[in-house]
Amino acid sequence: MRYLPLNDTDRSDMLARIGVKSIDELFADIPENVRLERLLDLPKRASELEVERKLSHMAAKNTSAGSVPFFVGAGAYKHHVPATVDHLIQRSEFLTSYTPYQPEITQGTLQYLFEFQTQVARLTAMDVANASMYDGSTGTGEAVLMAHRVTKRNKAVLSGGLHPQYREVVEGLSNMAGDKVVSLPADPTGTEDILAQIDDETSCVVVQSPSFYGQLIDLKPIAEKAHEHNALLIAVFTEVVSLGLIEPPGTQGADIVVGEGQSIGNGLNFGGPYVGLFATRQKYVRQMPGRLCGETVDAEGKRGFVLTLSTREQHIRRDKATSNICTNSGLCCLAFTIHMSLLGQAGLTKLARINHANAVKLKKRLADVPGVEVLNKAYFNEFTIALPKVAEDVVEQLSQRGILAGLPVSRLEPGNKDLANLLVVASTEVNTDEDRAAFADALKEVLA
Amino acid sequence: MSMNTQGRPTKPGESDGAFHPKTFTGNRGLDMEEPLIFEFGSLETTGVDLDEDEGAEFELGSHQRRSEIGLPGLAEPEAMRHYVRLSRNNYAIDSGLYPLGSCTMKHNPRLNEKMARLPGFGDIHPLQPVSSVPGALELIDELAHWLMVSTDMSAVAMSPKAGAHGELCGMMAIKAAHTAAGRDPKIVLVPESAHGTNPATAALLGYKVVSIDAKDDGTVDLGALKTTIAEHSGNIAGIMLTNPNTCGLFERDVKQIADLIHSVDAYFYCDGANFNAIVGKARPGDLGVDAMHINLHKTFSTPHGGGGPGSGPVVLSERLAPFAPLPFIRKRQKGLELVETEAATTKDEKPFGRMTAFHGQMGMYVRALSYMMSHGSDGLKQASEDAVLNANYIRVGLQDLMSLPFGKRPCMHEVLFDDSFLKDTGVTTLDFAKAMIDEGYHPMTMYFPLVVHGAMLIEPTESESRASLDLFVATMRDLVMSAKRGETERFSGAPYLAPRRRLDETTAARKPVLKWTEPEPAEVTPAAAE
Repeated sequence: MRYLPLNDTDRSDMLARIGVKSIDELFADIPENVRLERLLDLPKRASELEVERKLSHMAAKNTSAGSVPFFVGAGAYKHHVPATVDHLIQRSEFLTSYTPYQPEITQGTLQYLFEFQTQVARLTAMDVANASMYDGSTGTGEAVLMAHRVTKRNKAVLSGGLHPQYREVVEGLSNMAGDKVVSLPADPTGTEDILAQIDDETSCVVVQSPSFYGQLIDLKPIAEKAHEHNALLIAVFTEVVSLGLIEPPGTQGADIVVGEGQSIGNGLNFGGPYVGLFATRQKYVRQMPGRLCGETVDAEGKRGFVLTLSTREQHIRRDKATSNICTNSGLCCLAFTIHMSLLGQAGLTKLARINHANAVKLKKRLADVPGVEVLNKAYFNEFTIALPKVAEDVVEQLSQRGILAGLPVSRLEPGNKDLANLLVVASTEVNTDEDRAAFADALKEVLA
Repeated sequence: MSMNTQGRPTKPGESDGAFHPKTFTGNRGLDMEEPLIFEFGSLETTGVDLDEDEGAEFELGSHQRRSEIGLPGLAEPEAMRHYVRLSRNNYAIDSGLYPLGSCTMKHNPRLNEKMARLPGFGDIHPLQPVSSVPGALELIDELAHWLMVSTDMSAVAMSPKAGAHGELCGMMAIKAAHTAAGRDPKIVLVPESAHGTNPATAALLGYKVVSIDAKDDGTVDLGALKTTIAEHSGNIAGIMLTNPNTCGLFERDVKQIADLIHSVDAYFYCDGANFNAIVGKARPGDLGVDAMHINLHKTFSTPHGGGGPGSGPVVLSERLAPFAPLPFIRKRQKGLELVETEAATTKDEKPFGRMTAFHGQMGMYVRALSYMMSHGSDGLKQASEDAVLNANYIRVGLQDLMSLPFGKRPCMHEVLFDDSFLKDTGVTTLDFAKAMIDEGYHPMTMYFPLVVHGAMLIEPTESESRASLDLFVATMRDLVMSAKRGETERFSGAPYLAPRRRLDETTAARKPVLKWTEPEPAEVTPAAAE
């Protein structure tokens, strides 16, 4: 067995040294009536070649995003990641390291976490960021719990522009914890009256911009109304590239900012692993969930980094902890930091411009298709179109023609007939003129 | 067997005694100091050549960014060098033994990385048409099958993003099951040896945590459990038990514990963090478990990446299976079906909600399945046996010098020592651990589990060779003897030879500096201008 260094001579010598006759003596604490005396009913070991063959065969059945004109977004985005990023995160010392509990020999991890925190704080224009969450959706759930701790209230108001699956994550958690959630109806164009929902019982208002439907939302009036009632504004985004071009939540009055960082450095991976971004105001830092990395000095006065403020965490506070989180998305956050370091402000701004420009071009193409209506006026790289037919059927037909066209809203909101014809389409730097033409032409044919 | 020992000291224990020059750069040969990107990157530089964005107008409304972002960029060679240098300041399982008990650092096969990067797995979108990803559903279903068979459980919730997230999922399923039965118990029992995540999870869901004491032998006190159950009868939602437990011991009374819990209509949650000790040797289903998360990175070797990503699928008993969260895969005659919304469920499926957007940690599923297939049923059993064998080999190699809190009984995949052997030496547990760094080892887990004063929890895993264990044991023996001889300086100042000496964690917590800020420009004095 290639992963196991012991050979049979080692094993028998070691058993003798331990002073037992057989390995089963070491398992004597497992009661005999529950001890498994045969092999599990699973295949026996496979060679490296065999594993490659079987898994490659499964993988080949899927249509990968890079192999077709691709316009699906809705919380995860197809971007180009420089080759350097994947090379660097596969360095043994990053890939196969554990949580940096021994700072003297994990300065590599700790320094990039510190760089990551600084990058996220600057992107969002917030005071402090943590060292990553599982993903954007679970981060949103944590943000709501944090707002409850800060305000000592337990009613959250969720905008109708919030990703439906993010909404479900928050609702599920709140439901179980006995908290209240007011979820507004789906809001493709950003016209809902969320201000009317904010009252003195409100702990937080959760607003996504760009919204699930692609609409850019003005957060300032919402922040003002929330603050009048001593409630917090939680600003959510699923496309971090947008922050290269649009006003950050921090300058619009957000108290907590949560986002999905997958777009920078990380692949699509069918939904995970991704990396959650989480930032807040200085005064709330001790209520933050997740890990934090801080600067300090060593015994010789040299700068170094450590995990800090761990008295908020589960391993110290147990049932009084701010959250039960014990794993972050360290490696995905490294990928984010490396890609962001390569981009810099200059590169990110340009990437964002290309994304937006491609979306504008796509919008023009699609708006020319008879029967198609574009719903959003202000958007970044994603918008919603209304079709004259059921969107799910259209997408399926386009998929048969080798075009992955976007997300039919009904897939996540099956109960709402008003949404059945809506399609959320995203465009990034990977899309070419040919892709857009192919999409528009095929759509024309399918709708004809 | 002859080995090339050129360059090593001729006798173990001999230091080189060579002259070490003071360097201008502060670097020590290959150990290079590295600034933060904010200190050498520039706002104009970028290491990414993007296509030109010719001539589109903006449709951003009034939302265009007006403020600077303030992110420095690096050219590609600068970025490469920066992160390679940082990586060299890290200890990793690929560099040496990582005996972190309860964390499980084992070999991470690169085949798994290669498989996870196949475009058919790595480059597919969670919301592209389901008809375009049949292989992805097949992979998830296949891994689920391996997990259910090896645990003998009825269902598995795949989506939890990490072990603690899996705990949350399992406890949410338990809460949903109680609600469905019209019950609302308020208490969760948690033995004192539990991971901190267990009580934190229960509290997150509004439960009151009641602790159960351990017996002198390190396992749950059945008598205390009976008394507690009698005291709170009717108000207990479940118990959260780790088995094998965090003292490295198998809970022999596990069946009785399960029966007791079931007798008051409560559920048995098993923290599966230590499942790697018993794969192929015992199945949680046979032990009466109702829900258990499986840390794929611990048991099935998905790499831990400096703190994550993890993945924490939760296996469920027949009673809890209907409550598994969305999404899940359903087998139909025409093939596999993905159930993503409540509207798509049948009357027998009562999902309690959703743990995360999308389907969970696909990248980790591929790695775990690749690992499981490579081992097979025979190899998985052998891996558990080797992990237990290695831990006991260390126990026997050190038991005459270090102290075992629960006597010389066999342990499972990790062995727990305590610091009573350091009594009167002037060396603390922390000092001892830091001295291990100078010897080229990552220290063991310290001060956990809390049931033992000065705990030292060592887990070698199955991926250590006998030679590696022998050198580790010899090193530990030398350290213990050194402490007992009163060589306190070797310990109190350690580490001497790491990239950093001991770091001031107190100041870091008291005055937190959590991001880089531009330093105040220094006043230019004649002396400085000189």
